[in-house]
Amino acid sequence: MSLLEVRGLKVSYGGIHAVRGIDFEVAEGELVCLIGANGAGKSSSLKGILGMVHASSTIHFDGARISGLPTHTIAGLGISLVPEGRGVFARLTVGENLDMGAFLRKDHPGIRADLDKVYSLFPRLAERRTQLAGTLSGGEQQMLAIGRALMSRPRLLLLDEPSMGLAPLMVRKIYETIASIAQEGATILLVEQNANLALKISQRAYVMESGMVTLSGASPDLIKDSQVRAAYLGE
Amino acid sequence: MPKWLRLPPPVAFLLLAITLILLPFLTGATLGNSWVRVLDFVLLYVMLALGLNIVVGYAGLLDLGYVAFYAIGAYLYAWLASPHFGLHLPFWAILPLGALLAGFFGVLLGAPTLRLRGDYLAIVTLGFGEIIRIFMNNLNAPFNLTNGPQGINLIDPVALGPLIFKGNHHLFGFKLTAPYLYYYLFLAFTLATIVIAMRLQNSRIGRAWAALREDEVAAAAMGVNTRNVKLLAFAMGATFGGLAGGLFASFQGFISPESFNLWESILILCMIVLGGMGHIPGVILGAVMLTVLPEALRYLGDWQRAALGHVVVDPNDLRMLIFGLALVLMMIYRPAGLIPSRQRRREFAAEDGVAEQEQADLYDAKV
Repeated sequence: MSLLEVRGLKVSYGGIHAVRGIDFEVAEGELVCLIGANGAGKSSSLKGILGMVHASSTIHFDGARISGLPTHTIAGLGISLVPEGRGVFARLTVGENLDMGAFLRKDHPGIRADLDKVYSLFPRLAERRTQLAGTLSGGEQQMLAIGRALMSRPRLLLLDEPSMGLAPLMVRKIYETIASIAQEGATILLVEQNANLALKISQRAYVMESGMVTLSGASPDLIKDSQVRAAYLGE
Repeated sequence: MPKWLRLPPPVAFLLLAITLILLPFLTGATLGNSWVRVLDFVLLYVMLALGLNIVVGYAGLLDLGYVAFYAIGAYLYAWLASPHFGLHLPFWAILPLGALLAGFFGVLLGAPTLRLRGDYLAIVTLGFGEIIRIFMNNLNAPFNLTNGPQGINLIDPVALGPLIFKGNHHLFGFKLTAPYLYYYLFLAFTLATIVIAMRLQNSRIGRAWAALREDEVAAAAMGVNTRNVKLLAFAMGATFGGLAGGLFASFQGFISPESFNLWESILILCMIVLGGMGHIPGVILGAVMLTVLPEALRYLGDWQRAALGHVVVDPNDLRMLIFGLALVLMMIYRPAGLIPSRQRRREFAAEDGVAEQEQADLYDAKV
């Protein structure tokens, strides 16, 4: 059975239907991506999973129903979000941001070990431990947001547009890190506008278009699919 | 702080304690007894500012109606310890009740405003403050609850066993009037408030407040129960307001809605912003300055008479003008506050590098 199972997810803002009933799932240890153009409903889907927006759906996480639960409870079950636009705590230091990632944990030796792990994954953050997060560059903030999410030792990591607003060089670096996190066995649901990148790194993909999943399958197949190439890869 | 001023902590602590104990006597002997009353007000405002600092500084919720909680605490005290209803409960019984009632009203204000932030929240809280004041102004009919604009008079002074905070007392050859006694009572409450505010800031709740202030979505994703944490900030802040209100009522012996207008809320907010938002020593200094400065400026008339032989401008007009000017100057030269917290100082210092930072954000070339 899949770790995350989403059935009939609908998200609407007032009268506007951003997500119109989609199904998808993520199995343990898998890296799955949700791709689509701007406004296709990708971020809304993530927010729907986390209970951050008004949504109707049946969502199971590790066999237990999580739809309808408040965000902080869902976070406590082991789903961690790297928000769109990074969402670092700007006026807290890098160290304090990472501490906040472990907000719900009480196993201090484990937290210390994970902190060391994050710092070895992102040596730049270690150098800037006492710097305010708001003064970091965009790429460093993205590293911090990922590191912070990892500090909760999540069972499922949700990444919302990690390439947004970053230079190509930094995007590559962030994606290398995501790949290495996935290789260590993490389960990841990646939302991305940059279809090329996301398809290369993931095992399976769902393509979204105006609130619906129009296509899904193994990423290596989709990358060859002429429809996808035409719509998202600019060919 | 310059190096020569740095004393070993026990010595500094002892000096501070002695200063605080002797302060009313020193003040009374040099500036006159009216200044001992000013000292009492300084302590009340330190309490209020630290309370509001929980809401505004820690949790980042802009509350412009804070004085409502002060009013609630004060009116509860007046109802339970004055001839108005013929009740005369002891102060130690009323103060916790007032704090609790104010805390309850804090939640009452917090609950409908959970989804509001920034300017919108400010407008609603401002409205709340005015509603409470207008209620106090008009609840003299059909049932006389507040005695309307006339206010409630003859409120019982604090009594600690046989020691009633009224008239003259003699202790070790010193004459102690009510303001002196209230000074020590307020000092005790203020110190307790400072300790609680410090403990709160460094607690798990304090970290949750900081996260909430910085980014609500991310805070929720970290597992912070944003609803409860917000309500707690409102409730805790209001509790201190209610406590200060009760103390104020007993100290003044008289309260009326006039004491709880919007200006008071703004003044308390100014203390926080001016001193250094979120930073306890800064907030304390802000409260001290903004209480002492207007009082000190009352001497403007005397100074004019001494310098020019007659009063040219009414000191009352000049007082607020200079007060406002001082505020503006302080904000220009110390934008992060008089004693900013480590973080706010860095934040403002970083301002110079912003352009460079934005370049880095855009291109991020320096991998």
